[in-house]
Amino acid sequence: MSDLAIQSGSPLLRRLKRNYSQPQRIIGLILLLLLLFFVFMPMVNLLYTSFTLSYSDQRLPEVKASGVEFEEGKFSLVHFRRVFMSKLSKPMLLIPLMNTLLITAGLTILSISWGCLLAWLVVRTNLPGKKALANIAALPYIIPSWVISLAWINVFKNQRIGGSIGWFEYMTGIAIPNWFAYGPVPIIICLSLHYYAYAFITVSGALASIDSRLEETGELLGANRWQVMRKITLPLVMPSILAAFILTFSKGIGTFGTPAFLGIPVRYYTLSTQLYANVKNGLEGDAYLLAIVMILISGITIYMNVKVIGARKSYVTIAGKGFRAKPIDLGKLKHVVFIIMVLFVIFFVLFPIYILLAQTFMEAEGDYSMANFTTHFWIGEAGSIGSKGQVMGMGESGILRNPSIYQGAWNSLRLAVLVSFLAAVIGIFLGYAIVRGKGTILSKMNDALSFAPYIIPGIAFGAVYLGMFAQPRGPIPALYGTFSLLVIVSLAKRLPFSSRTGTSAMMQIDRELEEAAGLVGAGFFKKFTRIIYPLTKSGFVAGFLLSFITTMRELSLIVLLVTPKTKVLTTMIFRYAESGFHQFGDAITMIIVVISITGTLLIKRFQSTSLVKGV
Amino acid sequence: MSNTNEKIRLEHITKRWGEVVAVDDLNLKIEKGDFITLLGPSGCGKTTTLRAIAGLDEPTEGKIFIDNKLIFSKKEEIIVEPSKRNLGLIFQSYALWPHMTVFQNIAFPLQMKKLPKPDIKKYVAQALKDVRLQGYKDRYPAELSGGQQQRIAIARMLINRPDIYLMDEPLSNLDARLRIEMRAELKQLHQKLEATTVYVTHDQVEAMTISSRVCVMNEGVIQQIGTPEDVYRRPANLFVARFISNPQMNFFDGTVKKENGKMVVEAGGFRLPVDEEKINGRDSVIVAVRPEDFYIADDGVEYHVDAQLPAGSSQIIMVSRPGEEQVALLFEGTFKNKDGEKMKLAVKPETYNIFDKETEKVLV
Repeated sequence: MSDLAIQSGSPLLRRLKRNYSQPQRIIGLILLLLLLFFVFMPMVNLLYTSFTLSYSDQRLPEVKASGVEFEEGKFSLVHFRRVFMSKLSKPMLLIPLMNTLLITAGLTILSISWGCLLAWLVVRTNLPGKKALANIAALPYIIPSWVISLAWINVFKNQRIGGSIGWFEYMTGIAIPNWFAYGPVPIIICLSLHYYAYAFITVSGALASIDSRLEETGELLGANRWQVMRKITLPLVMPSILAAFILTFSKGIGTFGTPAFLGIPVRYYTLSTQLYANVKNGLEGDAYLLAIVMILISGITIYMNVKVIGARKSYVTIAGKGFRAKPIDLGKLKHVVFIIMVLFVIFFVLFPIYILLAQTFMEAEGDYSMANFTTHFWIGEAGSIGSKGQVMGMGESGILRNPSIYQGAWNSLRLAVLVSFLAAVIGIFLGYAIVRGKGTILSKMNDALSFAPYIIPGIAFGAVYLGMFAQPRGPIPALYGTFSLLVIVSLAKRLPFSSRTGTSAMMQIDRELEEAAGLVGAGFFKKFTRIIYPLTKSGFVAGFLLSFITTMRELSLIVLLVTPKTKVLTTMIFRYAESGFHQFGDAITMIIVVISITGTLLIKRFQSTSLVKGV
Repeated sequence: MSNTNEKIRLEHITKRWGEVVAVDDLNLKIEKGDFITLLGPSGCGKTTTLRAIAGLDEPTEGKIFIDNKLIFSKKEEIIVEPSKRNLGLIFQSYALWPHMTVFQNIAFPLQMKKLPKPDIKKYVAQALKDVRLQGYKDRYPAELSGGQQQRIAIARMLINRPDIYLMDEPLSNLDARLRIEMRAELKQLHQKLEATTVYVTHDQVEAMTISSRVCVMNEGVIQQIGTPEDVYRRPANLFVARFISNPQMNFFDGTVKKENGKMVVEAGGFRLPVDEEKINGRDSVIVAVRPEDFYIADDGVEYHVDAQLPAGSSQIIMVSRPGEEQVALLFEGTFKNKDGEKMKLAVKPETYNIFDKETEKVLV
């Protein structure tokens, strides 16, 4: 029976050999090294760089004025002083910080109220057609957050700043004031139209789990409907409202695309766009400090989430049997609410997409007449002459004929495929190492480190990587301008999601399933290929698609790292919008919208056929 | 010294999870062909002990031998892999792989042994026949009933022809009727194949009916090892007496007296004769009487009937005396008393157990 030959050597040697041949430990150690290098080190480096002098800092007036001989890599408080304690602090830190807080507060309040109301209507009332409305209302969540801001520009821009008039002025002749076309008001509105989905999803989940008998008991005991709402329903969903609040807030801090499209034209800067501007102006040291500020704010909100709310994240109100959810009758209001909902969907969901699409068929921006119709921006040849005798699209061909677009699309596609595949694979291994090694320091470190990128806003994470990999690091050559850098940064930013998906998939696999295989002689490889992978497969595919869409529409994370050679679709849209070529940008946006929606539909299909669930 | 009839031997097995001691210096010998049950409340260390034998958990201290070969020793860092211990295990959850069909589940162990395909087919077909599930080979576990899943788990365990069967609460997920049916099946299986079986359960009736020996555990320590009859009739301590009882065991505070030159223990109004030697000078003890060990006697102690709980062939009667705890009686057949009436009771001789108050160990 037992093969005693393998038991040779000293006890200590055998122990070491056995401990470090456990698969979860080997995998855990490898992952830990990677996490240290790609998550921990870049952050340390960010801190380090902002307190040392870099080559480009020679030209800073403060450095010149100090009279001290310039020495690269020397410890210096120059950036710290510039950002926090100089004349520049106001425009560079304070104003953007105030703007960021204002926008974030506005968008959080707006999206939480709207999201909660919508959730209540869809889950708890007898609103007609609520399922369909809910599905369409979730659309803005699926498409990139900045798409609506592009539509906003198309609708509300004015001659003075936009260069041409928007749809609204074209239709009504009323000139739009600057404050409504650009700046905080439209930024808050556009962002809320995307981020209300967080509140909608979490709160409707909580509402759906409330047994309506809890409310009926309240009514039986003499409370009126308003009192029931205030004393029973609201407290029950409060934890999820707070969670949505924190999530929206921390997302708002780091948002980049929308404030860039709607803020930069009127010099309205947030922390994220200021950070971007600093990098563009070669002020990396200052930019890194702004990144640290953003990380701190975001980190504090998430810490609050974990500490304050985490303790009582949700009430378990599902009792297992006899669950009942009775819809509340809206009475005559039903039809009014229905019409309002339909109008909302038309104006804020379908219309923006229509506007963007219409824009791509216009020869001159803002002219909505049929005479202005052209397919040039889709399929036109380079140098085509328009109806007014001028060269269309500055001589560029339509996007379906443009090799430059194809290059961007190819980059987007291979980036998304590579990142989502690697993220899904790493996710399973992370899940395995974390769940099977539960309780060990290794498992805890892997868990914490893989979560860290979550608290870092995308653009700040881009800055972190810019600082880290602009020069050779250890065995890794300078990566700036390479495609690999985009892959690594996107992968690192996906880590929190991959690790969460991987852990929850692993938790669903009872340890006994693996032990049963081990008992009959299956080694780690066999266990992995025959048991673990097949059981996590459906989660693997859904995770893959989710990463695919996210990476496909990612802008803020990579905008600092992309060079003309490694451009992707989203950064091309950004450049087109920056330089006022809205038709091209909108046409590419349409492609991303289609990819996002298709991907989401596919995910839904895969999730509903999960294998593990049925057992 | 080792003897040839011994199959498994655990020596000084201790398992700690951080501060918690799950198993504390456990010594156990299991003979060839034994059907031993590890019985105890949840958290008593029974599953940990089973998993230590299987090699799924690594004890913190101690040695394990199978067939007198050392297969685990913490001190010497010898750990033979689970798959090389030639044992089969039925998990509490059955651990059937949900993504594999019945055939694939049972074939897996043979595939690991790299048996040729035709042989695998032949053996699996035979195994399915043995558990009477021939027509089910292409089903998925989720498409089977609990009892069928259980039988697939048995078939998967048997296919490798292990000479030790380990079973971790295998019947706890079944409904009451099926449980009794499967109990009989497992017992027959053991009688037919005569493999050494270690069976874990918290259900004392299950343990009594199925095993040749019962090992009662509590807080990681073995309380008593013996035949089912032994642990039932002669519990080693109060814990065992309390745990092995259905319905509840009755406990009385007893006072030791000398009447007419003979030692008696007075408890619950009864005067129970007792050996002077065994009492050894104590003057108060705890007396345990099983509900079925009372009878009605004209010169008995008067009790008040509180409630009658008829259960078909037998019935439980709750009785009491003023100022004392309720006593449960179990009588065969039906009983024509009314609530509130009095009945006179006596205890059958030599059925009761007497325990020391301090150590809780058995005296009689």
